[in-house]
Amino acid sequence: MQARVSDARAPGFWPLAIVFGLFVMFLYGPMLTIFVLSFQGPEGGLTFPLRGLSLHWFHALAAGLGTVDIAAAFRRSLLLGTVVMGFTVLLSLLAGLAFRKRLRGGDALFYVAIASLIMPSIIVSLGIGLQFRLVDTGVKAALSALGAEGTLEGYGSALGLLTSALGAHLTWTLPFGLLIMFAVFNRFDPSYEEAARDLGATPWQTFLHVVLPLIGPSVVGIGMFGFTLSWDEIARTSQAIGDVNTLPLELQGLTSTVTTPAIYALGTLTTVVSFLVMGVTAGLLAWLRKRQKRGRA
Amino acid sequence: MARAVPAWWQAGPFAAVFGLFFLLPLALTLAVSFWNFNEYELIPAFSLRNYLTVFEGCGALGDRGNLCVTLATYASTLQLCALVWACTLALGFTVAYFLAFHVRSPGMQTALFVLCTVPFWTSNVIRMISWVPLLGRNGLVNDFLMGAHLVDHPVEWLLFSRFSVVLAFVHLYTMFMIVPIFNSMMRIDRSLLEAASDAGASAWQALWNVVVPLSRTGILIGSIFVITIVMGDFVTIGVMGGQQIASVGKIIQVQTSYLQFPLAAANAVILLAVVLMIIWGLTQLVDIRREL
Repeated sequence: MQARVSDARAPGFWPLAIVFGLFVMFLYGPMLTIFVLSFQGPEGGLTFPLRGLSLHWFHALAAGLGTVDIAAAFRRSLLLGTVVMGFTVLLSLLAGLAFRKRLRGGDALFYVAIASLIMPSIIVSLGIGLQFRLVDTGVKAALSALGAEGTLEGYGSALGLLTSALGAHLTWTLPFGLLIMFAVFNRFDPSYEEAARDLGATPWQTFLHVVLPLIGPSVVGIGMFGFTLSWDEIARTSQAIGDVNTLPLELQGLTSTVTTPAIYALGTLTTVVSFLVMGVTAGLLAWLRKRQKRGRA
Repeated sequence: MARAVPAWWQAGPFAAVFGLFFLLPLALTLAVSFWNFNEYELIPAFSLRNYLTVFEGCGALGDRGNLCVTLATYASTLQLCALVWACTLALGFTVAYFLAFHVRSPGMQTALFVLCTVPFWTSNVIRMISWVPLLGRNGLVNDFLMGAHLVDHPVEWLLFSRFSVVLAFVHLYTMFMIVPIFNSMMRIDRSLLEAASDAGASAWQALWNVVVPLSRTGILIGSIFVITIVMGDFVTIGVMGGQQIASVGKIIQVQTSYLQFPLAAANAVILLAVVLMIIWGLTQLVDIRREL
């Protein structure tokens, strides 16, 4: 009998490993090029060779790109991402808890969430844009019927960052949140809760002192998902945000007008933000795990 | 003891978001697709005008045998979709297979998996424009080809072409194939492979007769993701196609920018119908509810 676990690689290992290596290069190569090119000297262009090394294009970015207010777009994206993160964590967590109980119509809700996940984004975006424009029409009609001319003139649109755009982003982040909650509670051992109940804990105490610390890392993960998905979202925001723009939307517009490495500098900057969020999340997870371990010891 | 919170109190806010921002907008889109409109306002009515406009001239082939705008756009979008689907599936399956069956230690598996996921967390637009320094007229690829005297003039079709669009899609969305397929593969009982090899199956036979059928749920889920993304896309096709390539999503976007909402709504309803038909067709191949 041949030993099953041998040190020899299975046939096909090396060709597959090479394919994998090429795939990783394919993933990272282009990103690294723009990262490098964003540090071009003032004479540098959109392509290689690298002409000098400087922070010139980051300064150019800070000074502003044409008429576009990058700083404002940055703040808007940050605000929206943070709010989306909060709602995603809260609503997914609550829904996850609800799905553990008998939830009549839970199947339907699950399918709606999945449908939202795989719906072409342009359709969701268009629908929400339409919905809020109809709300505008309705509000304006109501205001003029009431004779509130002053309010009517002051009324802009119901479309906005924290109304329609927030809704559009949540239709994208919440299904991910729910799926993660399912994965979490599939592995969750309910005997911990029974023990807490037997010791006389109220449902709230059980949740706060037993369930939440156990699922804490995953909840943090859902928050990270919520933020990063929102931070990069274009398609669902495009028709649903009204007059203002988020950073990715500005960036998309800039691709056809800006012909300097400043756009790469912007790319490097947004990537750094994504990575900071991931880094903070990873740090938080490590800290939570350490606390869990200490609690057990 | 305090009573537990009723389930719907907890699921309510979650459900409300989807009711308000998903189901209601879809219903409104369907309704508005039958409305009339002029340059200033939408006019509630029931009219098939928008659908007739969308399919104008589609009844007969044009003089030179060319398709009407809508059908031509769908043909082009579907072709793009099929290409991207084939590429992401082949690449995603290979990568998932390598990670699931050839990388032995779970630690290494996680590390390599994370390595593939990291680029996913940077902005899509950044990942798209990061191809410009490589594929452009004076890009690295052309520099190399010119330097090696393989071509006399810079190759023009590398950027702002169907090629660059497919490349960008594969770059952006292969992860959507890898994750579900990897998940399915990790659930395959390894002893089945041993059984296959004991019964004399070659590696290819085991792959084709054991691994592929047992990974079909993952393949299906990944395919649905990729297909729905490509069918509705207008961002990637816009940026990487140099705003030159027609797609269904692009038509909808252009129509909304001219405030032709009823027309855009009609196009969205048709797009949704087409996507649902594709998904229905795929789910006929795999009973997803039994598999989950």
